Amino acid sequence: MNVAGHFSYWVTILIAISGLYILIARGNLVKKLVGLAIFQTSVYLLYIAPGKLIGGTAPIVADRFAVYSNPLPHVLILTAIVVGVATLALGLALVVRIKEAYGSIEEDEILEQDRPPFDSSANNNVSN
Amino acid sequence: MISLHYPILNVVVPLIAAPLMVLARHGGFAWLLATVVSGSSLAVSVALFAEVADGSVISYAIGSWAPPWGIEYRIDSVNGFLLVLVSLIASVVAVYSRESVAAEVAPEQHYLFYTMYVLCLAGLLGIAATGDGFNLFVFLEISSLSSYVLIALGRDRRALMASYQYLIMGTIGATFIVIGVGLLFLMTGTLNLADMAARLPGISETRPILAALAFLTVGICLKLALFPLHLWLPNAYAYAPSAVTAFLAATATKVSLYVLLRFYYSVFGESVIFAALPMGAILLALSLAAVFIASTVAIFQHDVKRLFAYSSVAQIGYITLGVSFDSLTGLTAAIVHLFNHALTKGALFMLLGGVALRLGAVRFQDIGGIARVMPLTSFGIVLAGLSLIGVPGTVGFVSKWYLVLAALEAGAWWLAVLIVLGSLLAVIYVWRFVEAAYFREPSAAVARLREPPLSMLATSWLMVAACVYFGLDTSLTIGGAAQAAAGLLGGGR
Repeated sequence: MNVAGHFSYWVTILIAISGLYILIARGNLVKKLVGLAIFQTSVYLLYIAPGKLIGGTAPIVADRFAVYSNPLPHVLILTAIVVGVATLALGLALVVRIKEAYGSIEEDEILEQDRPPFDSSANNNVSN
Repeated sequence: MISLHYPILNVVVPLIAAPLMVLARHGGFAWLLATVVSGSSLAVSVALFAEVADGSVISYAIGSWAPPWGIEYRIDSVNGFLLVLVSLIASVVAVYSRESVAAEVAPEQHYLFYTMYVLCLAGLLGIAATGDGFNLFVFLEISSLSSYVLIALGRDRRALMASYQYLIMGTIGATFIVIGVGLLFLMTGTLNLADMAARLPGISETRPILAALAFLTVGICLKLALFPLHLWLPNAYAYAPSAVTAFLAATATKVSLYVLLRFYYSVFGESVIFAALPMGAILLALSLAAVFIASTVAIFQHDVKRLFAYSSVAQIGYITLGVSFDSLTGLTAAIVHLFNHALTKGALFMLLGGVALRLGAVRFQDIGGIARVMPLTSFGIVLAGLSLIGVPGTVGFVSKWYLVLAALEAGAWWLAVLIVLGSLLAVIYVWRFVEAAYFREPSAAVARLREPPLSMLATSWLMVAACVYFGLDTSLTIGGAAQAAAGLLGGGR
């Protein structure tokens, strides 16, 4: 197998795994979101790297250019980046609200607060 | 002619309505607009479905860029059926939501609630209508992001954590889907699903395609909450505002199921999925696990909303069970159960929303004797519960009947027995409600209650009536589902 030729894929996999690892291993809600963002970033590379041809130009119709890079992946990833930013913003906004409601952003502490003696659970903790 | 542009109107109208609501900053106006938008998308969807019901296909090129280069919206008998379902539920829930949201969401957030509601609707209809892989991902994220916000608007502070967990799981799912679409794009050079299907046959056994299939399967199953990827669902349904629970339970997972069907049958083709790969066996095992484990967990819940949330996981198991047979009857059963379960769960969560409105919570310890003061609501829940069990005369029976037929057709009589056994578990958890509502003395708090407002009761009962009507007259649902199943099986390649 051509290991060096697949360089961009190795990097993609490394980034994806690091992101997922942070997401699973960390209990801090903000760190989880960082992991999620890193994981999403790996997808950007997965799309963009194969679109680039070494020596290729932008797709211009002219006699001197015969090899073109595909511009479509870039456009797609522009959209994916916007989606990623929106997700991260919404996630962080939720963390702010969680911090206001629980006074903590550590997952285990939050779940602990909601694990009271069972019969008095769900007593409409009005938070807003 | 405006009717030429029906496929895109479904998406554009809600997308235009959303910023208008934010500009107006008025809860009542936003509700009216949301209702009008949902109603208009219902009219458009019905018109589209009428056109494709005979098996024809509508192809709409956005911006007149011809497919496969431009984005294509492709309506056939499968997603036409789904468009009608989603917009129907959206219209009913929109009318229902006025009183419910007024009680459960802070007044200054009302216009934002309806903004998110129409955005979620736009996303779900977009997923159904589009014929483009990446466009599908974008709409998936539009509907997901808005549903995270809707869930977080719940009164209980646990709604925030439920929304956060759904955001994490949902984003992993969506990212897996986009990785899958990306790998397919790398191998075929196209994003148009129909074009992709035409280019796949020669390379369908290569490793990137198999990896794409794996990523898509896991990602979509996260979104549709197939056991064991359902962990986000019970909390999200239990703590979201009642109208949101009813809307999402009836539509969001169903649209994800459609995405699964679309990729399995229309893109990869059933010969790859079920003949060359053991996807049928995997789906079968997970479906049975979902039916039995989630139903058993449901029996031990203390909160009625949470109980029916777990029941949703079990019912999703029945739908994927139908898919796993890979036969016309099985697929028909899956699609008809998709429709029937949406009606049943929509009705249940809407009625429970009425109880929550009057009582504040729907825990078993609080609802004792509720049938004395809210007879219509309680009877509606019992009827919908009978449909969950699959009693003849309700929609649940129709789908179970077709599932058993499909099992017998596949020569698996033991599966037919398991399907019936699974229904017995549903008897137990529905009985828990009956026992609490009808056979306990009402507490002082319960005795003071009355029926929910007319707008909520009437819309909920409309759904219950649909559960019974489509249980007796199956020509529309079975006809539509059979046509859709035939389209999926025949139209893939």
